[in-house]
Order: sequence, then structure tokens, then C-alpha cells
Amino acid sequence: MISEKTKYALGSVTQIPLGEGRNFRIGDTEIAIFHTRQGIYATQAECPHRRGPLADGLVGGTQVTCPFHAWKFDLKTGEPQMGSCALQTYPVHLTESGDIELTFLGEAARFAS
Amino acid sequence: MMSDKQKLVVIGNGMAGARTVEEILARGGGQQFDITMFGDEPYGNYNRILLSNVLNGTQDPADIFLNPLEWYTENTVTLHAPARVTQIDRARKEICSDDGQVTSYDKLLIATGSRPFVPPMEGLKGPQGEDKHGVFVFRTIDDCHKIAGYANKCRKAAVIGGGLLGLEAARGLLNYGVEVHVIHLAPWLMNNQLDAQGGKILTSIMEKMGVHVHLEKATAAVLGEDSVTGLQFKDGTILDCDMVIISAGITPNNELARDCGLTVERAIVTDNQMRSVDDPDIYVVGECAQHRGRVYGLVAPLWEQGQVLADHITGSNENAAYHGSKIATKLKVMGVELASMGVTEASDDRDEVVIFSEPKRGTYKKLIIRDGILIGAMMLGDLNKVAYLMQAFDRGTPLPEERLSLLFDIGAPSVEATMLEMPDTAQICNCNGVSKGQIRKCVEGGKRSLKMVMEATRAGMGCGSCKKLVSEVVEWAAEGQIEEDPSIHFYVPGVALVKSELVEVIMARGLKSVSSVFDTLAHGVEDAGSKMGLASLLKSLWGAEYEDERDARYINDRVHANIQKDKTFSVIPRIFGGVTTADELIKIGQVAKKYNVPMVKFTGGQRIDLLGITKENLPKVWKDLGMPSGHGYAKSFRTCKTCVGTDFCRYGVGDSTGLGIKIEKRFQGIESPGKLKLATAGCPRNCSEAMVKDLGAVAVEGGNWEIYVGGAAGAHIRKGDILCIVDSHEAVLQIMGRFMQYYIETAKYLERTSSFVERIGMDKIRAVVVEDSEGIAARLDAAIQASVDAYVDPWLEADTPATANQFVSTLPVMQA
Repeated sequence: MISEKTKYALGSVTQIPLGEGRNFRIGDTEIAIFHTRQGIYATQAECPHRRGPLADGLVGGTQVTCPFHAWKFDLKTGEPQMGSCALQTYPVHLTESGDIELTFLGEAARFAS
Repeated sequence: MMSDKQKLVVIGNGMAGARTVEEILARGGGQQFDITMFGDEPYGNYNRILLSNVLNGTQDPADIFLNPLEWYTENTVTLHAPARVTQIDRARKEICSDDGQVTSYDKLLIATGSRPFVPPMEGLKGPQGEDKHGVFVFRTIDDCHKIAGYANKCRKAAVIGGGLLGLEAARGLLNYGVEVHVIHLAPWLMNNQLDAQGGKILTSIMEKMGVHVHLEKATAAVLGEDSVTGLQFKDGTILDCDMVIISAGITPNNELARDCGLTVERAIVTDNQMRSVDDPDIYVVGECAQHRGRVYGLVAPLWEQGQVLADHITGSNENAAYHGSKIATKLKVMGVELASMGVTEASDDRDEVVIFSEPKRGTYKKLIIRDGILIGAMMLGDLNKVAYLMQAFDRGTPLPEERLSLLFDIGAPSVEATMLEMPDTAQICNCNGVSKGQIRKCVEGGKRSLKMVMEATRAGMGCGSCKKLVSEVVEWAAEGQIEEDPSIHFYVPGVALVKSELVEVIMARGLKSVSSVFDTLAHGVEDAGSKMGLASLLKSLWGAEYEDERDARYINDRVHANIQKDKTFSVIPRIFGGVTTADELIKIGQVAKKYNVPMVKFTGGQRIDLLGITKENLPKVWKDLGMPSGHGYAKSFRTCKTCVGTDFCRYGVGDSTGLGIKIEKRFQGIESPGKLKLATAGCPRNCSEAMVKDLGAVAVEGGNWEIYVGGAAGAHIRKGDILCIVDSHEAVLQIMGRFMQYYIETAKYLERTSSFVERIGMDKIRAVVVEDSEGIAARLDAAIQASVDAYVDPWLEADTPATANQFVSTLPVMQA
């Protein structure tokens, strides 16, 4: 059963310093939200390589570099610059009042679809 | 809508055509030209040189593509393939192709290459005029497939032509279990590359491998009705065989050019800009071009031609000119290493010939030297010295008097030898587990710069200690066709300026934050890999005026701790000079207990490391410790290790402990391009390893201190150089501070002192730092003093976080 409630208000974007990322937990899932100079992005929290914390990575444009072994991913698409696994990305946007709104169907939906 | 771009039409989609288009695109030609390419074969461009590997089964056809079809789409190059151009109309500036199209051009590039030369002989065709079954040429990927398919059914194959390609084909056929005969017209094999003696040795090697060699044989006819049954030679003899591969040289594809009135001799005659001598709008490149009377059938010259052509056609260098290529080849024929360059025989009384011959082992080396310059060389079996010789030949540099050393490595093995001997499975990068074979494949796949290979394979991207070796493998695998990435000279890859230029612009424009540098100097393109370097530089330039954007910092510098593999952090409080007290130890022990610290460990810098602290707990641990940060995470002054010195040691001649504490109190946390690890030793026994530190002070008898700089004992090991000898603690502090400031101002980002002193040179450093040759000593002293005065313990952020949620890993969520 897919929950109908799929929009999550994560609060003000000021919780995340410009150019950095922070993790948010929804149910059992951690999601990294990045407050970049290009906009706001959401991806899975851990690097597929060795589970590095992507939110702690350095961001350049729309690319994040994992702090563990410098794997690089595009925040918009999740595509890796090298290596194999792409990141799961999630639709996210800022409301007019500067709040982060995330659309998240839950892990079950990912596999059901 | 009409495009205002010029139309560039390229006839030929082989290595010359496609490579030249790549060169044009690399010079921004995509903005100037709409590019259309015509290729005979229904594929993208592939590496023809590797076809012999495909034939012998060591490489998959898919692996030899240089430009797969997607490449053309990605670069908005229109490719017509398979489509053969049938006519060039120079008056109308149009070409016709056999798919019925007429295409107009502003500039035309002819890169039609060549086709196999088939010597005149009887019986090439079957009764209906079709190609006789079992007769092949060896030029394309399709030829490869056909040969492989037919060889499976064959017993005995003849290869006509004992040149490079013929022997490669013979090698390939051996793998199909076929009896292979090589038929060669000349008195010895590879007569263009080898002299008679070398050819003889090659023949005996080949025969040992099971290839039958027939020399001075001219083929008169191919025997057999529908299919090949044998060859008849002009001397009347006959060889039975059921398959023939003709590999007797190449003929340039000149017909299109000749038909439209361009000057064609052996190939299309060009000027130094690679244009037809008759038509400035028609360029020619590769095997179909004749420049100063020479036609090249190898890949290196066509790359050089393509670069000149691209420079000229795009206007990026209108003075670009091709002056011909010196041909040096290195190859492996049937597992035999062989190299050849220049002439094969002496032709003048002045010529000096140096020969070593050991036929039994298949080794042969010959050099032809004129007036001290190498004009020809061949090497068979042992290629140890080839890299040097090729370079000397190409550049025309005078050879050393000692000729023996030109043929052999006496003493340490050369890089080249090491490379050749190293198996593909040898691990080059021990951090990321990258083998020599992976690097070689990556280079062969078209990545020809160190940076590209590092990014693609991750070799050298761990601790970095293998970087030199990686670069040697890349150079070796690329056989000299290295592309230098210009960004290696930049201070950071994302801003196209060397350090001195960057500093100048930053100061002139008053750029005080990392984002303002990207906005002003990099077209607003933010590059993660450049952020930390810029932050380090801006901080050193602006001091307190620096606008600190925390996103430009690595995570360790955001939370002042070193991240570990489980996302926890290590906490290393400062213990000045490694001297602690019972109370301090008790306190550390209590904190370790309170937070259930999973590991408490002594560091190599004489401090105590609490490992396994969560990000949330960092501020609490710092406060409970009540000790300042030991900077065990930053690119900064780290620690000063000491020995017991004069207080207790029976040998100490200087107070190293006292000095170490003073050094650490003064320089703690000073940020620098790379980490700074220091030590002081109370005597030359060097117990604290001061001679292999970034900076070290060693007490010597007479109350003096030797100051060492540029030592290293990490991934790279180097003994430091003595900068000077001084007679007091104060003088040590002053000289060390001045050196640090000079290093901070002059070093590249992440350049450790060991590399720095080698790059700048000890004489220069000593002149500036000790003798004040540039009159900047007072300024350096003042600058380092300002940094010392500005130092604030970062762990004070425990009470006043610098950014929102600085020490929070996961934030709570409310559902909408």
C-alpha cells in the first residue's frame, strides 16, 4: 500500500548553510538535501561506494564529491562521473516562503513502480 | 534557417579523419563549422593498429573503437556511413556520394587513407570474375571477421608480404591452429625496418615459433578453381595452401583527388599547412597525403599533421606548419619486441655503426651515428634503451660519448625496462587497487593524459604516492603520444591561472571569498575540486579580511575533526611537545569513559587520539576535555614531536623538549598549502625523527641547532636538507616561521615541503630565508607573526557554531 501522503515539509532552507548538505530522516530512509547556489536537490544519503556521507561532501555547481573517496555524482540526475552506481534522487523544491518541500513515495514505491 | 557556420566536409572516417576532427573540435571548431563526415565502413572510427589483436583474439572488436557512433551525435558531427564519396566538384564546391546525396562544402578535408596493395598475379578471381574463395586482404574490421571465419576451416595459410602487417597477420593466424607460411619478395623480413642481419635473426625467431618463411619469392598465381588450393611462384615452385592473405603494402586512395584535378604523385601533394597545393580550401591528411615527397603509413605522423591542420583551419594558430615526421616505430611482432628508426645502413664514411648481436637469444641492436647524432637504430629482442634512443633520434640531441650505455643499462634498470618486465597484473595503485593492465587499457582506449587516466581508473587518487609510477605507465602505454592537461599548471583545476597570476588578480580585484573567485574568474562555474585550494590561498592572502564560506571547506575543516570510515570522527587534543601530565591523562581517560570511546590510541605525533566520536558529540567532547584542538585533520601546522632532550637523556646536547613546546605554542593551527609535521631532537641520534619532518631542529654540540627542511616519511620518504645552523631557540623559531611563510606564499596547494624544496631548490630557499637575498625577510616575519596573533582555537565553536546545524548529521522531519 502506497501512502497517499507523499509531500514532506522539511522546514526552512536556512537549516542548511549555502553550498552544503544535511540529512533528513523520513521513516527508515535518510535523504540528503543540498542547498547549492544552483538550487535545492535531494539524493540518497550514502555513497554507493563505501557508504560515505554525501551531505558532508564538497559541492561544485550541481556535483557533489563524496568525502570518503572522492566519488562524484550529479545532484540533478544522480549520475556518477565515474564508477557505476547512480544515486537515487528525489523531487524537491523551495516554496515561496523558503521552505523545503520534498516528494517522497517511500521505499516501497520505488520497487513497486 | 541558414547557419552562419562554415561547412566542413570530411571524406574518410578512419584514424586520420576522425582524429583531425577531434583536434578541430578541441580548438573550438564546433563553433566555426558544421561538420559532415563520410565513411566507407558502417562504423565509427576504430583503431586499425589493433586489428591484429582482434585477429589473434586478444581483444574484442568492441574494445578498439576510438569514436563510437554516439561520439558523432554528442559532438554534433553528421556522419554518413556507409557512404562512399564518388566525386568532388571543386568549381561548385560540392561532393557526390553513392547514397545519392550532393553535399556542398566551404572547406573539404580528404582523409581517404589507403587500401591494400595487391601485386599483379594470376588467378585472383574465380570463374565468374568473383573474388576467389580464400583470398583476403587485411585492412578493415570486416576483413578481420572474414579471415577469422575462414581460418577455422583451414589447414594451411600463406601470407604474401613479410612486412609489419604481414607478420601481424601471420601471428593472428597461428592462433587458429593453421600452418602459416610467410612469402616475402625481399631477401629478408621487414626490410624497411631491419638490415640483413637483423632480418635473419627475426626469421630464425619466427621459424622457432612455427612460421615457415619463404624469402625472395615472387608470387605468380593463385591456384584453384573456386577456392584457393595453392600459390605458384615465378621460380616455378608451388606451395599448397587453402587460404591466402595479401599484405604487401598499401596504395593511397588518390582517385577522387586526381579526378578533380589536384596534383597527385604517389599521394595527394600538400603544402606545409596540409592543404592541396592547388586548392586552399581542400586539406589532406594521413596516408593519402604526400608532404615534401614523403607518404607516411604510420599513425604518429598523421597525428602531427592533424594538429597542424586543425591549428590552421580554425585559425587558432595561422602560422602552424608541418615539417615532416621522423619515423620511429616500436612494435611487437609475434611476441618479439622490435624497434626501428631512421636509416638501416651506414651510407657515409663519417657514419659510425655500433652493433651488438646475440642471434641465439634473438637479440640484435644496431645504431647508426653521424657526427654524434643518432640517424638510425634498430633493436630486436631487448628494448631497454629504446625510449631514450627514440627521444634522441626525434630531437636530434647529441649522444653521450659512452656508446656502450646506449645499448645497455649498466646499473639500475630503466623505466622502460621496468615497464616491459612488469606484468599486466602488477598493482600500481595500492590504495585503489589499479593494475598496470587497467592503466594500459585505459590509455589504449584513448585517454592520453595523466589526469584523464587518473579520473577514469582512480589510480593515484588515494594517497598519491604512486602518481609518478602511474604517469610512467601512462607515458609508456601512450608511446609518447601524451596529451598534457593544461590544468596541471593551474593553482586549482577550475580557475585557468597559475598561482602567481591568480594571486595578482585576486589582489587587484579584491576577491575575498571563494564564490567571488568563481564568479569573477571562472565564469561563475563552481568547481568542488578547487574550493579548498582557493580557501587556503585566500586565507593566506587576506588573513582576517578573508570571507570564510564554510562550504569551501572539506568536512574535516567544517567540524574540526578527522572523518573515519564509519562516519564518526577522531578527536586529538593538543599536547604541546608531546609532554603531558597525570591530571591531563586522567581527564582524557574520564572523557573516553563517559563517551564510551571505542578506541583510544597514541598517534605518531606523540598525542592521544579518541576515535569513534559522533558528529553530535564533538562539541561536548571538546568542552569536557577543556583542551585546544590538535589540528589532527587540517592542512596546517600539525604537531612538533620531541625527544627527551637534556632534562633526562644522557646524550642530549640541546633542550629539544622546551624548543618543541615553544614551536607548537607559536605555530599551532597555522594554515598552509600542505600539512606541516615538525620535530626537535636533542642530539643527532634523531630519536624524534626530526631529519625526516617538514621542519626539524637537531641539537648539535656547542649549543647550536641544525634546521632541516623538506623531510618526509609518509607515502614518500626523503631526508630533509639543512637550511642553516643557528645558536638559540629564538633563532630556530624565527627561521622556521620565515620558511613557513615563504612556503605558504610560494607552494602549490597540497604541495608538501619535500616536493616544494625540490622544485624551488635549496640554494634559492636558503638565499631568501637565511640570507634575505630578496629583501623580504622582514615582511615574511611580520606576516607569520600576524597569523600567529590571529590564531583562534577552532574548538571554541563548540559554544558558538559557525553555521546552522554545524554538528548535526540528521534533522527531524514533520510530514505535510
